Amino acid sequence: MAINPHNRGPLRTLSVLVLLIIGIYGLLGAVSTWGTAQRTPKLGLDLQGGTQLILTPKLEKGQQINQGQILKAVDIIRARVNGSGVTEAEVSTQGGKDIVVSLPGTPDAATVNSLQKSSQLRMRAVLVAASAAPTPTPTPTSTGSSPLKPSTPATSAPKATGTATTAPKSGFPSALTAATKPAPTAATPTATPLATAATPTATPLATAATPAPGAKPKNASDLAWVTPALEKQLAGLNCANPKQVEAIQDIASQPMVTCSSDPTQPEKYILGPAEVNGDQISNATSDQQTGQGGVSNGQWEVRLDFNGAGTTAFCNVTSRIVSLPDPRNRFGIVLDNQVISAPSAQASLCAGTASITGHFTGVSAKALADQLKFGALPLSFALQTSDQISPTLGGDQLARGLIAGGIGLLLVVAYSLFQYRALGLVTVSSLIIAGSMTYAAVTLFGWSQGFRLTMAGVTGLIVSIGIVADSFILYFERVRDEVRDGRALRAAVETGWGRARRTILISDAVNFLAAVVLYALAASNVRGFAFTLMLTTIIDIVVVFLFTHPLLSILANTKFFGQGHKWSGLDPNRLGARTVTYTGRGRVTIAARRAAAEGNKS
Amino acid sequence: MRSFSDFGNDLYTGKRSNDFVGRQKTWYAVSAILLVLATIGLFGRGLNIGLEFRGGSEFRISSVTNFNSFEARAKTALGTVNPGSNVVVTKTTDTVRVQTEKFQSTLQTDKVKSALAREFNVGVNSISANTIGPSWGASVSQQAITALIWFLILVSLVLAAYFRTWKMSIAALIALAHDLVITIGIYALAGFEVTPASVIGFLTILGYSLYDTVVVFDKVRENTQEAEGNGRLSFSQAANQAVNQTLVRSINTSVVALLPVASILGIGYFLLGPGTLLDLSLALFVGIAVGTYSSIFIATPVLADLREREPAMQELKKRATRYQATQARKAGTDPSESDQGGTDDAGTRDVVHASSRGGGTASTGRPVHRNVQSGPRNQPKRPPKSKR
Repeated sequence: MAINPHNRGPLRTLSVLVLLIIGIYGLLGAVSTWGTAQRTPKLGLDLQGGTQLILTPKLEKGQQINQGQILKAVDIIRARVNGSGVTEAEVSTQGGKDIVVSLPGTPDAATVNSLQKSSQLRMRAVLVAASAAPTPTPTPTSTGSSPLKPSTPATSAPKATGTATTAPKSGFPSALTAATKPAPTAATPTATPLATAATPTATPLATAATPAPGAKPKNASDLAWVTPALEKQLAGLNCANPKQVEAIQDIASQPMVTCSSDPTQPEKYILGPAEVNGDQISNATSDQQTGQGGVSNGQWEVRLDFNGAGTTAFCNVTSRIVSLPDPRNRFGIVLDNQVISAPSAQASLCAGTASITGHFTGVSAKALADQLKFGALPLSFALQTSDQISPTLGGDQLARGLIAGGIGLLLVVAYSLFQYRALGLVTVSSLIIAGSMTYAAVTLFGWSQGFRLTMAGVTGLIVSIGIVADSFILYFERVRDEVRDGRALRAAVETGWGRARRTILISDAVNFLAAVVLYALAASNVRGFAFTLMLTTIIDIVVVFLFTHPLLSILANTKFFGQGHKWSGLDPNRLGARTVTYTGRGRVTIAARRAAAEGNKS
Repeated sequence: MRSFSDFGNDLYTGKRSNDFVGRQKTWYAVSAILLVLATIGLFGRGLNIGLEFRGGSEFRISSVTNFNSFEARAKTALGTVNPGSNVVVTKTTDTVRVQTEKFQSTLQTDKVKSALAREFNVGVNSISANTIGPSWGASVSQQAITALIWFLILVSLVLAAYFRTWKMSIAALIALAHDLVITIGIYALAGFEVTPASVIGFLTILGYSLYDTVVVFDKVRENTQEAEGNGRLSFSQAANQAVNQTLVRSINTSVVALLPVASILGIGYFLLGPGTLLDLSLALFVGIAVGTYSSIFIATPVLADLREREPAMQELKKRATRYQATQARKAGTDPSESDQGGTDDAGTRDVVHASSRGGGTASTGRPVHRNVQSGPRNQPKRPPKSKR
């Protein structure tokens, strides 16, 4: 069949659309078959059930918070959520300072509390270390050589990687055993401390603020800090009990009793006052050690860089404790009240860098490095809202929302068929095209951007039916106006398009602007709504330009529409353009002029 | 249907013209009354601020089967956890909603949930809990206001740039403010609960109201440009014609936009109970209705009032008056067309209307061009075939 030459342009445009649709569905099919995407849009918590927590940093007066800190906070919270064993949790920022945590299911109170805690990293000298294993025998001894961690050397190498090697290597095997079975003190917790515990109680408190030489505890490693009260606390501390762990106090100027948060090294400690703070660590990275010639030897290490104050403080600590007997040659790195690592010092480190080695794997080294790096964030969070949606309710909402959308769509279809007759079918098919594109786009955004469709988003989609349909109405009305002016349908479709296009573009631009502003500035579920509004505005323009207009151009060439069949919705008679045309004597009468003449008469 | 399409035709050709612009004082008065009512509602009754803005906890128990004395039972269940708290209990078809002002810790929330689950004999999974800190609402409103201000600034600039006159921006913004105040006023008067979802709705109204106004203004721009060119209509007349010509579009669009929103509203009201969906659709329904009204009755008359003061527009008005006077005189001396017969399909239209479509073909009765009156003239030439 030969193609009507008038249809070539429109057909070309239509084929662009077909390619576009095949493209997005092809992409969707590809990423869902070979990638991680799913074939249906990701649903928000309010539709699939789950818990959403919104946390806001607690700021002291005049304290400012910058974007970098918030991003760090998100990382910390994400690590905490994942650490609590929840899968598929999502953590994101919102409106510049709020942090939104979305969890499937219902988290227990402990998880929620742990999310709110401030993240405070401090380094303290170890005074006493004890095994925290629930029963005396278990793993530590049997796997004595394998548990990660221990010890530590650190080298005073100035960043340069080559020099970092020697100390760790030599220190490694022995440091390992020594560190993992610090049982000497643990087995007889009373022995060592008692001797020094004679000069006790009041002193630490009194001199707490300045644990300087001259005070009873001469320095932070002085066993004079260990009071009978702390002894008792240590003995009573059960690290397996989350409540007790929760209750641990971390006051910078005081010694503290705490647990190791590393499950492979169950220890509990009495630690001296804080000497290095998290904000004095300027950077922490994990890397493989390099041997001579810069060849990696497969050993993971965590490198630390200190800032000026940190360098001095760390230098003081390591110089002091390096000569002390185990476990007092170790310093505990305390994050959120628990010891994440307690390496021993192998040298006095005064160059502003240090490295921690041990049985790290790539993952555990990275985790420790991140903890050290992000530990510099002294923020705690207030719980703003906690929204728990039961899965049944969420499912109900979705089903009913879809019913509402379906009914709405049917009504729109019925109305446009009633108003525009066969032309209404163009509206319907355009809506179907727009709907299928929206579906694919929402699903793809769920995959690539983690966009989740919430109830507000569904509402946005339903609302957009009206706005999308309006573009068609606008266009049809303009075409009808042109027909009323006496133009033949094909001409009317083109001139009407010229005028309608401007209006559609500017009104969609205003709509889009509203959606963008909403999206950029508003909070919580407003964003889902604004996003779907933005998306459908763009799709509206695509559909009108690439589908409705070319389709109408093609239809104008058919007999049914072109000659204005009664049911086509473009019947010139019904549109009051019957007598248009050449009326003799070189005159063309068109409706507008006649009307103007008449309007003036009456 | 027949009459609706005729209605559209007549509006387009100007046979039937509603004087939207000329009777602006009436519309202003109507809107003024509405605005006063809205203000009274806003400051007198005040808004029914939702839980989200006050802080507190809300529990929603779905698939409840036994509703006997649900209120007392819910209160008992809550009383076991924290006695003496102020509890509000409402129900929809199969859901019981329990609200308490007290901000619950997560631990308490769990207790309340299990207590309610026991009381209503449903699984803990069918209970939703929503706890909101007291400062949440404030921060949401703060963000909404920031968004509003930015939006207004940006949209004024865009409109001023597009229409090449800031007066259109002003008129559009006046209509916008009008819509917003009336919508919020309706909320206050009817005692609808204002939740963050309603706030989203209000913000969307901004978009929709402007959208609708822009569509009408675009036609106004088109018509007034033409009028400025040929000097046949004054600005007000051209604007009025534009409103009339887009009236069918406005009606169709509003109906099409309202239909889905109404279906959400219906489903939300009868099946879902209070929630995001209902709050949003209610705000939108009211807003879209008011928005359509304002773009026809407020925005265009305000624009016409603003523009008519310009000297150029005054000039145009004089030209148009002169032109129309001439036309009227001519029509008076040559009452040709109106006498021609012909049957009108509508049948209900007046004679003037019927005749105009009747296709008076009698060559004698036609108003004749002055060139023709003065003698022979050149006939139109068909262009050669190659140029066609």
